[in-house]
Amino acid sequence: MSAHTVEKLVYMANQIARNVTHEPDPVAMIADHIHAFWSARMKADVFAVLDGPAGAALEPTARAALDRLAAHAC
Amino acid sequence: MDVERETYRPQPDFGTPEVRGAATVTLTIDGREVSVAPGTTVMRAAAVSGGSIPKLCATDSVKQFGSCRLCLVEIDGMRGTPASCTTLVADGMKVHTQTKRLEKLRRGVMELYISDHPLDCLTCSANNDCELQDQAAAVGLRDVRYGYEGENHLAQPMDISNPYFDFDPSKCIVCSRCVRACDEVQGTLALTIESRGFGSKVSAGLASDSFLSSECVSCGACVQACPTATLQEKSVKEIGKPERATVTTCAYCGVGCTFRAETRGEEVVRMVPWKDGKANRGHSCVKGRFAWGYAQHQERVLSPMIRSSIDEPWQEVSWDEAIARTASELKRISAKYGRNALGGITSSRCTNEETFLVQKLVRAGFGTNNVDTCARVCHSPTGYGLKTTFGTSAGTQDFDSVEDSDVILVIGANPTDGHPVFASRMKRRLRQGAKLIVIDPRRTDLVRSPHISADYHLPLRPGTNVAVLTALAHVIVTEGLADEAFVRERCDWEEYRHWADFVSLERNSPEFLEPVTGVPAADLRGAARLFAKGGNGAIYYGLGVTEHSQGSSTVMAIANLAMATGNIGRRGVGVNPLRGQNNVQGACDMGSFPHELSGYRHVSDAAARALFEAEWGARIDPEPGLRINNMLDAATDGLFKAIYIQGEDILQSDPDTKHVAAGLAAMECVIVQDLFLNETANYAHVFLPGSTFLEKNGTFTNAERRIQPVRKVMEPKNGYEDWQITQLLAQAMGLDWAYTHPREIMDEIARLTPTFAGVSFARLDAEGSLQWPVNEAAPDGSPIMHIDGFVRGKGKFVVTDYVPTDERTGPRFPLLLTTGRILSQYNVGAQTRRTANVVWHPEDLLEIHPTDAENRGIKSGDWVRLASRSGETTLRATVTDRVAPGVVYTTFHHPVTQANVITTDYSDWATNCPEYKVTAVQITPSNGPTDWQEEYEAQATRSRRIKGPNSSEERGAMEPAE
Ligand code: SF4
Ligand code: SF4
Ligand code: SF4
Ligand code: FES
Repeated sequence: MSAHTVEKLVYMANQIARNVTHEPDPVAMIADHIHAFWSARMKADVFAVLDGPAGAALEPTARAALDRLAAHAC
Repeated sequence: MDVERETYRPQPDFGTPEVRGAATVTLTIDGREVSVAPGTTVMRAAAVSGGSIPKLCATDSVKQFGSCRLCLVEIDGMRGTPASCTTLVADGMKVHTQTKRLEKLRRGVMELYISDHPLDCLTCSANNDCELQDQAAAVGLRDVRYGYEGENHLAQPMDISNPYFDFDPSKCIVCSRCVRACDEVQGTLALTIESRGFGSKVSAGLASDSFLSSECVSCGACVQACPTATLQEKSVKEIGKPERATVTTCAYCGVGCTFRAETRGEEVVRMVPWKDGKANRGHSCVKGRFAWGYAQHQERVLSPMIRSSIDEPWQEVSWDEAIARTASELKRISAKYGRNALGGITSSRCTNEETFLVQKLVRAGFGTNNVDTCARVCHSPTGYGLKTTFGTSAGTQDFDSVEDSDVILVIGANPTDGHPVFASRMKRRLRQGAKLIVIDPRRTDLVRSPHISADYHLPLRPGTNVAVLTALAHVIVTEGLADEAFVRERCDWEEYRHWADFVSLERNSPEFLEPVTGVPAADLRGAARLFAKGGNGAIYYGLGVTEHSQGSSTVMAIANLAMATGNIGRRGVGVNPLRGQNNVQGACDMGSFPHELSGYRHVSDAAARALFEAEWGARIDPEPGLRINNMLDAATDGLFKAIYIQGEDILQSDPDTKHVAAGLAAMECVIVQDLFLNETANYAHVFLPGSTFLEKNGTFTNAERRIQPVRKVMEPKNGYEDWQITQLLAQAMGLDWAYTHPREIMDEIARLTPTFAGVSFARLDAEGSLQWPVNEAAPDGSPIMHIDGFVRGKGKFVVTDYVPTDERTGPRFPLLLTTGRILSQYNVGAQTRRTANVVWHPEDLLEIHPTDAENRGIKSGDWVRLASRSGETTLRATVTDRVAPGVVYTTFHHPVTQANVITTDYSDWATNCPEYKVTAVQITPSNGPTDWQEEYEAQATRSRRIKGPNSSEERGAMEPAE
């Protein structure tokens, strides 16, 4: 997939993170949201870049949520 | 009640409006005993009991007036001959409606009317469908003593300016029914009776005004109220009196008005609002009432067409060939790229049954959950927000509920343009004294209209809805105005405390947020107090709430506000999304989203999946599929190759046109099923001609969750109803579908969807409509939801923090563009642009504040260039202070404007509903279309060429004027 698509996925994850900062457990909230609404390929695409420069652009809570989901996925 | 095609006769007229209440008053009319509610008129009681009192100035859509004196009756113990339309019933009353004395009096009255009326009944277009004629016969008028030599009105010229109806003053009997209909039913107050006595006549405003140039919005209420041929549809003159009437549902907006399609042979003569329709109660707007002519438009495509590349002209082929080719392409692509390279888009303009079949084809036939719907781009945040907070992805009230509202809060909606028939009902309540708060960047018509003035208009900066709603909550909580008793009983108290602490923070106060929202703190405080303490508070909202990067948060903030003030679970209150397209609610209910099966059950829910798998004999993917925008991203990445689009024009309606075009261009098989070669079809390889709502059976679900029948009044000109086309495709792909009527599809929906368990065509025919949920718990449906508790159990307060959009103004793009719609046009305009409605809106205009216009040297009528980060377009400006300085506004009804070339790909954080309502732009003077507009136009023209089946000759573009 293109850099543009990955950039968008990272943006989406960050946007979710910025909107749930006041939830009691933001990381769980982000993880649930992505689990429920993203297609398998979208998830796989973003898991694949977690350790690269694109992943570095993730908000800490979004990063933690994706790590949690990635761990479950494999 | 048999509402299926019946022989034409006018709808019954009870003379005066119905009075709500128990039938506790009993009287005798001509020896018949009848019981009615207190406050009912003698005229209505007589009609209810099967009698009929002659009348001219009374009709049951408006309040009694008592001017014609034709309806006189005798009542035992009462002196004289009172008018039955203004006399209220009393217990034990004895009424006589047919006596010698009355006959004589009535004949005298009638004679006066007729003496000033042309006696050309036999050649009049209303012959045999005219109340004056009927009443003259009813009173036994044989001859007229006054003669026609004297002064009369017979030579007055006709006003034919309205494209749909004529006004012939020579036939007017000055009963003022039209004036009262315009005042009371429509609320536009466009008509008056000029001068008095003999010289009096009906007038559309000023003496110089014609109907077209007046305030008239062409709703048709006056035409329906007129007892003569004075106000009459042009189509009746052209085609003749209807022979049959079939009740069906409007295919335009989410109000879901029901109409009687009155036909002669296979031709529609007129659409007349159905008095028993529970959504519209006998009213209509210009779209549903008059703008149905697109079905016959010459540009409608009736033969299937294919081509192997979008650079080639279209080739007309047979249905067999088109379906075979489509199925083989889909199979080839699935084999080569995998099932997830395929997807589909369902339409909010199609029926529930059609939508259900498209998502079934995608899930069970294509084997993927890549199905989405255009509701994605309008109301997906409503689904998310209301499901999270209340437990149901739908509004809480029926439309009747507004009759009991004391404070109406309208945010991000322009009901007089977008939902006109509901707006008329809302305006009626406002004229009765309900208070009004409007939160909108623009001064919409509702803010100030005849006899209505908003108590508060909060003109916020586009993109700051959440900040304004949180500030309202701040005032309510910190000033102790919350309904804590309600919250303790009905909601999760801990969550409420958490939320209340958050909104109470100083940074959420109206004073602190004023610089961000642009809303004066004092006004905001006033509005908050009014909403919290003004009695029954109801919130109505539209796309100005959802189409933002915080659309879902805004919906939840609205839900929070309703719960905190105890405004949920009874008449007069609630949270009411005003849906854009006719079947947005239905499309969402039917499982059109990639993560949900019908009835909003997540695809990961194994029990729900099992139910569908057993019924369908196919495996359902437990992972969500792609949303529209993700399908397009995947297409540009070369991973998504084929799409089946029913009844949608994503190229025109979705944001960032260039991105959509690139995505479509990257696909190998784009299948468009529609009435016209729409903009998306420029990138299509298969075109399957669709049918109009007049040519099919099925159901639509309106904004109040009301499921209503759509009935076929003519055979589909293209050969098939849309559900049949989907079935043909499914069969060609090897699925064993064998539906013979949409009622069987509804039966399947009812088997698979708990909220629809009690729905069937038989019940809809018998009861007219049903509001879901209809099941064991609510056998008769649910006009109002969450009465004894929330569907999810306890109402959930969600903290909604204001997160500014990333779309910001700056030196290059200093203005904020927001978009909307206008009354006479519908959505991308594919239908309304093909009717006479274009007289009211020939082009999209840019509204700009005088200060911003002056700074740029722009005058009304000038061409301007509208540019954003995404692209640019040109259109004409109109300078107005309806918009605040710094804000510009336009509609997107015309493809040549390409307003979505301007909009960006920012979207709602939870649902990716695009942020149509906020785009940073610059405006500069211009002298014509942009390069992109010209290039686009050339591509569109090229792409619309058609080759006949047996010839090499090419026909030109289908839409030359665009
Ligand atoms: S068409 Fe509607 S708005 Fe126009 S004059 Fe008649 S009632 Fe009034
Ligand atoms: S136009 Fe029709 S409704 Fe209006 S006053 Fe004349 S006759 Fe009555
Ligand atoms: S208000 Fe909506 S549903 Fe009613 S007639 Fe107008 S467009 Fe149709
Ligand atoms: S109908 Fe009663 S006075 Fe005209």
